[in-house]
Amino acid sequence: MKARLPTGGRIDRDQPLQFRFNGQALTGFAGDTLASALLANGIHLVNRSVKLHRPRGIIGRGPEEPNALLQLGEGATALADQRATQVVLRDGMQARSINGYPSLKFDLMAIFDRAAKLLPAGFYYKTFMGPTGWWEQYEKIIRPASGMGRVPDGPDPDRYEKRDLHCPVVVVGGGPAGVMATLVLARAGVPVTLAHEQSQFGGGWLASRSSIDGAPAQDWLEAAIVELSQLEHVTLLPATTVFGHYDQHFLGAVERVSEIRPNAPLRERFWKIRCQHLILAAGAIERSIAFANNDRPGVMTASAVHEYIERYAVLPGRQAVVFTNNDAAYATAHSLHRAGAQVEIVDSRAQSGEQAQLARQAGMAVHINTQVSNTQGRLRVRSVELRHADQRCERLPCDLLAVSGGWNPSVHLHSHARGSLQWDDALASFIPQQDLAGVESIGAMAGVFDPNAALAGACEAAQRAATALGYATDATRAPVINPAEPGPTGLQALWRVAGRGPAFVDMQNDVKASDIELALREGYRSIEHVKRYSVLGFGTDQGKLGNILGLGIVSELVGMTPAQVGTTTYRPAWTPVTFGALVGTETGALFDPIRYTPMHDWHVARGAVFEDVGQWKRARYYPRAGEDMDAAVARECLATRDGVGVLDYSTLGKIDIQGPDAVTLLERVMVNNWQKLGIGRCRYGLMLDENGMVLDDGVTARLGDQHYLMSTSTGGAARVMAWLEQWLQTEWPDLDVRLTSATDQYATISLAGPLSRALMTDLGTDIDLSASAFPFMSLQTGTVAGVAARVQRVSFTGELGFEITVSADYGAHLWEQIFLRESAYAITPYGTEAMHVMRAEKGFIIVGQDTDGSISPLDLGMAGMVSARKDCLGKRSLMRSELQRDDRPQWVGLKPKAADAVIAEGAQIIATATPQGETPMHGWVTSSYFAPRLGYSFALGFVNAGRTRHGETLYAWDLDAGVIELEVTDPIQYDIEGARQNVE
Amino acid sequence: MLLITCPWCGPRDESEFSYGGEADIVRPPEPEAIDDAAWADYVFMRTNTRGLHREQWVHAHGCRRWFKAERDTVTYDIRATWPMNEEAP
Ligand SMILES: [Zn+2]
Repeated sequence: MKARLPTGGRIDRDQPLQFRFNGQALTGFAGDTLASALLANGIHLVNRSVKLHRPRGIIGRGPEEPNALLQLGEGATALADQRATQVVLRDGMQARSINGYPSLKFDLMAIFDRAAKLLPAGFYYKTFMGPTGWWEQYEKIIRPASGMGRVPDGPDPDRYEKRDLHCPVVVVGGGPAGVMATLVLARAGVPVTLAHEQSQFGGGWLASRSSIDGAPAQDWLEAAIVELSQLEHVTLLPATTVFGHYDQHFLGAVERVSEIRPNAPLRERFWKIRCQHLILAAGAIERSIAFANNDRPGVMTASAVHEYIERYAVLPGRQAVVFTNNDAAYATAHSLHRAGAQVEIVDSRAQSGEQAQLARQAGMAVHINTQVSNTQGRLRVRSVELRHADQRCERLPCDLLAVSGGWNPSVHLHSHARGSLQWDDALASFIPQQDLAGVESIGAMAGVFDPNAALAGACEAAQRAATALGYATDATRAPVINPAEPGPTGLQALWRVAGRGPAFVDMQNDVKASDIELALREGYRSIEHVKRYSVLGFGTDQGKLGNILGLGIVSELVGMTPAQVGTTTYRPAWTPVTFGALVGTETGALFDPIRYTPMHDWHVARGAVFEDVGQWKRARYYPRAGEDMDAAVARECLATRDGVGVLDYSTLGKIDIQGPDAVTLLERVMVNNWQKLGIGRCRYGLMLDENGMVLDDGVTARLGDQHYLMSTSTGGAARVMAWLEQWLQTEWPDLDVRLTSATDQYATISLAGPLSRALMTDLGTDIDLSASAFPFMSLQTGTVAGVAARVQRVSFTGELGFEITVSADYGAHLWEQIFLRESAYAITPYGTEAMHVMRAEKGFIIVGQDTDGSISPLDLGMAGMVSARKDCLGKRSLMRSELQRDDRPQWVGLKPKAADAVIAEGAQIIATATPQGETPMHGWVTSSYFAPRLGYSFALGFVNAGRTRHGETLYAWDLDAGVIELEVTDPIQYDIEGARQNVE
Repeated sequence: MLLITCPWCGPRDESEFSYGGEADIVRPPEPEAIDDAAWADYVFMRTNTRGLHREQWVHAHGCRRWFKAERDTVTYDIRATWPMNEEAP
């Protein structure tokens, strides 16, 4: 650790930590970040830039870091683009650079840097715009070259959780101002939560020599934390990043649990925090200045250099130049000087101030009215070029350049919730307008850099919050600080220094001052457009270093003040958030509930292949040895049509409707008539939305005088229930009717086929199954195989059929009773696929497959179902001229001329066998199968004016199959008269 | 994510609710007596208010009851919520 100072810092020299960087074994100490440990080992060069592959070093000290984005770990736990400045060093840590092939020091892609003049902003847009399809080819080459990190190669094995927190006051930021405010609130008895991004509270004081009553100021702060941690009404959340501030004082935060407790069973915890009063103390971030080659390794922000020396006992360079336009960087100069570095200060301001005088007294050279105009060095800065006021240039050798262009308050959390910003001339940056109700910004975030003023302001803000919540505040006063470091006082804005060479504004995206110039030359004026064109601020750092600098450069170029140019809106997230934390435990089996029917285990034992229908697992088909899906489905269809097939229909949505006005409700929501439906009868119904489009369909049975059972499609049950409830509660509260979801309470087994009646008899039932006693579309109650059952004689296959509904607890039992007779009746279990094929042979629709929210009953040829006697939802819409047009798409059968050609579902219908260029669309295919009983393939779909075009030859077209010639037919192909389902 | 006060269950997370659009849209009592434009106005046209907006919500993952709310579409502050059959407080 050649750059580690022998004493000082907040590191534990008794706890050495071994880690690797690009394979090299290195040592750091507990208390280090990955960045400070790398610097302690003399490593500045950590990456290559994303576009130009320029050598880049650590520049910052926290979330603003644009360069030191490293890959951590391997395999499934690999982490990409981790800011080394925020990564707490761990023993055994493995870090790698993201760019740099074959090696970081010799990067073949650095050719992009030589060609930088050929790669200005917008280069990719302009060059690779066309022709169509070419971008995909370019992308294969460009994407790897502009690599960010590598994603993990497996599912994240770490655990995460989510928690809600309601707290009257939340303070964000555990620097001096945030801790002061929390202390005042806590002592007043106000329940308060303090969230801090780092695991150690203190912020800037962790690197400060300021004192209170002769003791380090940080000692006072740590005592305050001890006091707070002992109070039950105070929640301390260290290592917790508040990444977003949303409406109604709602905050999203991620606590990095494993950062504080490495062996915790949880990696991160996602907090959803609600409060009444929010105090923001997010601090400020130092910005750079745009001068030529300002991105070389060894060029850092002055505050970062200061912090590495004072907090981590790392001296990032021995021959340092400090370049500043304000007083704050003088603290860095003194730190460097004390640590034994040779220091020269370059101050761009015209006059020599008190700080310059103090620096000279300490023995440092100060160049006033001078700018750094360029730097030299390949993998590390070796010298800087100074330009004096008289344009005289000189070169200073150095291995470190500490830059301060001023400070930007971290206004993001104020801005997220649409708080306004105002330009502060003294800072040359934006501060929050305190314009959000119940939200106050304090400390450096509010532009207050004087520590005594910041603490006083924090006390006042806390007292206001306490008073607003009805708490009396005690006499807690801010301590008197003896500040050791100057703030960014006396600033004279300096955005850009003229010079030859690329002057970087946004280092993560390689945006140069010249790119901003180009954007303006190309006519962009709005800062939002300039940003998008140049991609300024569009990296994962969201321009924490570069945005205000870019704004300053634009304002200079267009001759306006930065306030006139305007700022951009900061949006969540403040720093990138782990997906796993947002997901929490809702992954794998807990991602979404899975619903199983009572007979599920039997289907599994029979080797069923399942499909997801909504949340349900439904048996799709039951393949026998050697069968593929087509063979299994054909066998199931034919066995059902020739004998008896059995379907688990338990997933069918069931809504129990009771009350004196039950029939009125049905009349209002369905197109057809319900007044005359007798008890014990059932009827197919169609439901529309108010736009006249089909919403759902199904059979509803009348169980009693005021009692109906509505069945819905499997996927539509919840939607239909909510739809009915909405109308009852919002529009028809006068109707006396109650709805209960009964889907899960019952198991339904559908028997279909000519042998179904014989099977019913054999099962043993007290129900008279004769056609006269039990006609088609009626229901009976009784027992089946000794189980209380409701049996409906309905059919979705077109065959004689019985739907047996029993209590869900008896579903498996009844199913087993049926299959005890399997060999006697050649009973065949069939799945949803065979059901779909058989209903297609009958031309029945499946809502959601054949309809898509743009299909009316008129389009389906169901106009006759719509009752003329009464109004219902959507009926008025059917009368609109647009829906009455006779050239609308209409429900038809589509029969390929080649009997074995199965059209792809979703294929377009066209009128030519040789489509070229723009070909008019005549319709589309919604369902398509090989229909075993028919002996040919068959599809259903919509064709413009299709009902008048039966017999016409058209063509189906899709990308894979090309053109298939077909004939438009009636949608019903099988047993058109319905003799089989109405069998005596 | 908003915090919404269900008139029956109290303040709950927005994720428990479903939005039901603008409130006080009355279904025409005799749809066939009005012309297409008037019907379209009922089916499709909403005010898109900037500021205080009366709207319907349902506590879908709670008591399943519908209620009305007055929400500021600029600040997202919810001024009040109340049962369907009551006057705005
Ligand atoms: Zn409720």
